Amino acid sequence: MSQTDTSNAGTSGPLTTQRKGLAALELDMRLIGMIAALLVIWIAFAAFTDGRFLTPRNIFNLTIQTVSVAIMATGMVFVIVTRHIDLSVGSVLGVCSAAMAMLQTQYLPEIFGLGSPFIWIFTVIAGVIVGTAIGAFHGWMIGYLTIPAFIVTLGGLLVWRNVAWHMTDGQTVGPLDPTFAIFGGINGTLGETWSWIVGAVLTAGALIMLVQSRRTKAAHGFPVKPRWAEISLGAIFTVSILGFILIINSYQIPGPRLARQFAARGEVMPEGLEMGYGIPISALLLIVIAIVMTVIARRTRLGRYIFATGGNPDAAELSGIDTRMLTVKVFAIMGALCAISAVVASARLTNHTNDIGTLDELRVIAAAVIGGTALSGGLGTIYGAILGALIMQSLQSGMAMVGVDAPYQNIIVGAVLVLAVWVDIIYRRRAGL
Amino acid sequence: MEFGTPLVEMKNISIAFGGVQAVDDVSVDLYPGEVVGLLGHNGAGKSTLIKILSGAYKADSGEICINGTSVTINSPRDARTNNIETIYQTLALADNLDAASNLFLGREITNSFGLVNDDAMEAETREIMARLNPNFKKFASPVSALSGGQRQSVAIARAVYFNAKILIMDEPTAALGVHETQMVAELIEELKRQGIGIFLISHDIQDVFKLCDRVSVMKNGQLVGTENVADVTEDDVLGMIILGKQPEKAA
Repeated sequence: MSQTDTSNAGTSGPLTTQRKGLAALELDMRLIGMIAALLVIWIAFAAFTDGRFLTPRNIFNLTIQTVSVAIMATGMVFVIVTRHIDLSVGSVLGVCSAAMAMLQTQYLPEIFGLGSPFIWIFTVIAGVIVGTAIGAFHGWMIGYLTIPAFIVTLGGLLVWRNVAWHMTDGQTVGPLDPTFAIFGGINGTLGETWSWIVGAVLTAGALIMLVQSRRTKAAHGFPVKPRWAEISLGAIFTVSILGFILIINSYQIPGPRLARQFAARGEVMPEGLEMGYGIPISALLLIVIAIVMTVIARRTRLGRYIFATGGNPDAAELSGIDTRMLTVKVFAIMGALCAISAVVASARLTNHTNDIGTLDELRVIAAAVIGGTALSGGLGTIYGAILGALIMQSLQSGMAMVGVDAPYQNIIVGAVLVLAVWVDIIYRRRAGL
Repeated sequence: MEFGTPLVEMKNISIAFGGVQAVDDVSVDLYPGEVVGLLGHNGAGKSTLIKILSGAYKADSGEICINGTSVTINSPRDARTNNIETIYQTLALADNLDAASNLFLGREITNSFGLVNDDAMEAETREIMARLNPNFKKFASPVSALSGGQRQSVAIARAVYFNAKILIMDEPTAALGVHETQMVAELIEELKRQGIGIFLISHDIQDVFKLCDRVSVMKNGQLVGTENVADVTEDDVLGMIILGKQPEKAA
């Protein structure tokens, strides 16, 4: 008895001091938990695959596989934060993909001529308009006609999936426009130099924001974090951003493929040349969307109203917030993001397939929820949802790589989802949130 | 007390919900620097009447005049443009947001890019809280982490900050301890001196006698009567609330 007591005292001592140290960083403990979970998953799979799971090649693949779900998950955060749900995202992705596939293969080439650079621009714009309109229509039914979001989007799940089927007669449409296909991943990467430039810009941006925020806080006379904490935060950001670029850049383009690229330009490949793929354009798109969505969530009135409405809809309304219009906006954003995901998903396959996006609604909701979005509303982060998507995809790819049978894969993913939410509930209760 | 133009006149206000006449032809008024108590049982219609003034409900008939001019109040936003601020019984706070976000909800301070300026809002919040409740320190926590009194001071700060001319307080002391009730009483005195008119909804007759200049009593959606607090006894007012009868005027 006394033995357990002393061992408890022994471990709690250093733990509390460590917590004090971490608390000085004012980091979200949930975020640290999620990163820890992700690292555990990665290291475990790396151990089971003799390190193949953590090769630059697999990290590159993991990145491009995560993008489509992650883009939609950022929108699902807003939907769930306002106490709604969207079950139709997979089908809306399908209908946007179908519309864009038909446009770029059947209609636009007749107007602009096959291979015209205008094709992809018009296609993407049209797709985003279709997605936004569908989302806004859902939002109107939910906000103004007060039909529950669950029902509206459950109907949408059936309707839009089959509208897509009708548009394409259920056939695979392709090949898609070659310029359009650069959004898919492997067919569109930045190359090593531009990847480093992007990395440098992101690092500089993160550091400038840290300094700026510290300055304004100090100017107002608010308490600021200790200097060492700010410097460590800056170091963490720098190392993670540049580390990611380094890993992605070290995934080499295979020699024959590189030779073909040079041949296509009528040049001869220099002997012994090695080139990395660099950041996929789809990943860059996700980064941009993550930044834009985070700014909307944290720094705009729209974002403030989304979170206020989720926390207390009555209070929001009494503060003069038009919660009905807000619902339309939230679902319109969700629809637009479904369209962008449709670009990425169909470009990755270089075809529109009839089943594209099937079951994505569940992956997207799971990603948002694993990422800490509370179904009771009012709580959730964009980075959390992206991490959630990455955790889900890591599990799925890792199990496939280890050779887990398909039924077991889904059983494990389902169990992990429930477990993650249970752990989150316990954490929130302990933290008094 | 009653001279000049009333700050607020609510004339012949009626509203029904699905056949129930919640407010039936009620007229009340409020002068600058005056506290008018609204008394009545649960369901007497006092909260409903006041929600019409704060823009949460729209009256079926009747007229609202501010400083003698007729105004239309269709939404909480309209009420705010007429300098009417409300402290709701439920406080109407978004529990997941911090004090500053709640204080400025719907009226955020933005920078030149149109982005919300959290630091400026926190600075303003710190300033007003230093005046209202100097013990308030939890500026970074969501208001769900605050005590009842602290939450109340956030709600009060929100109503006071935006230069309210007309303040509606719905059961402001119902959830408060002795010390905090005293704080609210002092605040009401201070606001009266600034010439703000206050509608105070309460169950507590003693509260009303301590804080109010006049009292309007409602029963079953109708106005029983309005009396100067100085002219009536607690028993008179109780009679109005329970029996719905006018006090017999002393000769």
